[in-house]
Amino acid sequence: MRDVAVIGVGITKFGELWDKSFRQLIAEAGAQAIIDSGISGSEIDALYVGSMSAGRFVGQEHVGALVADYSGFSLMHIPSIRVESACASGGIAFRQGYFSVASGMNDIVVIGGIEKMTDVVGSEATNILAMGLDQEWEAFFGVTFPGIYAMIATKHMHDFGTTREQLAQVAVKNHANGALNPYAQFKRETKIENVINAPMVAYPLGMLDCSPVSDGAAALILCAAEKAKKYTDKSVKIIGSGQASDTLALHGRNDICTFESTTYAARMAYKQANVEPKDIDVAEVHDCFTIAEILAIEDLGFVKKGDGGKAIDNKITTLDGQIPVNPSGGLKAKGHPVGATGVAQIAEIVLQLRGEADQRQVKDAKIGLTHNVGAGGASCVINILEAR
Amino acid sequence: MAEGAVPRFWREIPQRYNLIGNQCTECGKVFFPPRESCPDCRRKSIGKMDNCKLSGEGKIITYTIIYEAPEKFEGQAPYPVAIIRLKEGPKITAQIVDCELDDIKIGMKVKSTFRKIQDDGYVGAIYYGYKFKPVEVKT
Repeated sequence: MRDVAVIGVGITKFGELWDKSFRQLIAEAGAQAIIDSGISGSEIDALYVGSMSAGRFVGQEHVGALVADYSGFSLMHIPSIRVESACASGGIAFRQGYFSVASGMNDIVVIGGIEKMTDVVGSEATNILAMGLDQEWEAFFGVTFPGIYAMIATKHMHDFGTTREQLAQVAVKNHANGALNPYAQFKRETKIENVINAPMVAYPLGMLDCSPVSDGAAALILCAAEKAKKYTDKSVKIIGSGQASDTLALHGRNDICTFESTTYAARMAYKQANVEPKDIDVAEVHDCFTIAEILAIEDLGFVKKGDGGKAIDNKITTLDGQIPVNPSGGLKAKGHPVGATGVAQIAEIVLQLRGEADQRQVKDAKIGLTHNVGAGGASCVINILEAR
Repeated sequence: MAEGAVPRFWREIPQRYNLIGNQCTECGKVFFPPRESCPDCRRKSIGKMDNCKLSGEGKIITYTIIYEAPEKFEGQAPYPVAIIRLKEGPKITAQIVDCELDDIKIGMKVKSTFRKIQDDGYVGAIYYGYKFKPVEVKT
């Protein structure tokens, strides 16, 4: 296996982009990434695209071919692969592309992530997101996607004394970061009382505990590390990658407050990278709900199980904290176009490691981690990158 | 949930009406819903999974109250949903009924009850299944 580097990033604005279509968004992100990397389109060996549910959100399957076509590669007949793993589709598309270059089969691949969620009404978006849950034994009985995370929150509060205020502080922190991110859906701060007093979605989670419904796309160019110098001086090396699965239904797990998909994927990625949680300088974690960030920082080993809430109080995850988490604003404030999220997380870490994150730049960031979860934790992918 | 797919509901009737799970005869572990093989015993369990009826008695492990409901459940909101650990071992996700929202607690004893879950609208099928209600505490 050979080393692989990220040599280009592209990201569209995230938000309710009513004037842009699915194909426009992914082509925009892809073109940005190609230009950023300095490669020529004719050097691309393959495309990998993460999309959770183009079929339900825009009525379009066959996404691999569509993306190749509208990115301008129809005459080159480049192989294009669509990857689906609910909200972890993007991160897993990246991992598949990484494997293809590491193996020597490909030299240069483009990774895309895309979701266009606002072409359906809000209640339909909720239904589609719930398709990442167990349809027969969870969703059938009336549980929603926020409801799954709400049950985790209830249990975490009961077992570890995590408070409503601590949950709300996750949203406050991520909005503060999002306010500094030009790509973010919510470029504004919020206050703890706004989060606590927001309309209830699924007790104990209110509207501002939830990531929004978003449109957006992101893209990355991967290149064999030995050839990266030819294109750019600012490549970022992939040093670890892990992926794991778990029971589709939350009730199938031994411990409701631990995502073993995260702990197993993390172990795999840390081992390959030969780093420990304390070596991570910056992380983008999957905060689809406020409780999810608390769970993530515990399962990734940044803090002890049960201490996630206190870590928020102690401000260890703020931009200038001990381990800055979600400098981009996270899914909460940057937005969560599900298929794009995993790719956008890596794009953010690449910008951080290049020192190009402007106002949200984490000081001296050398090693960064991304954590991307499928629906209620049935799949997870973790990638670790290092500045060169 | 896809609409109009009657076989899809019909084949789950034993589980949803009567809580039929299965048991690995290698290790004795009980599953709900039934599985093709036991994740602990894997190949040794193939062909050795016996159906069994569950008591429907259990305890609430955690819960939520759904305020923003899917379209088919809108008329019921707000309604509680819980993960319940059944006496025989498996955990199950279901609505809690016949209970004030404020009275639901982790650790509460509950038992299953047969109820309407949802329907496919005015002319479609009505789907039944299990919900859980508190076990009356003798005072």
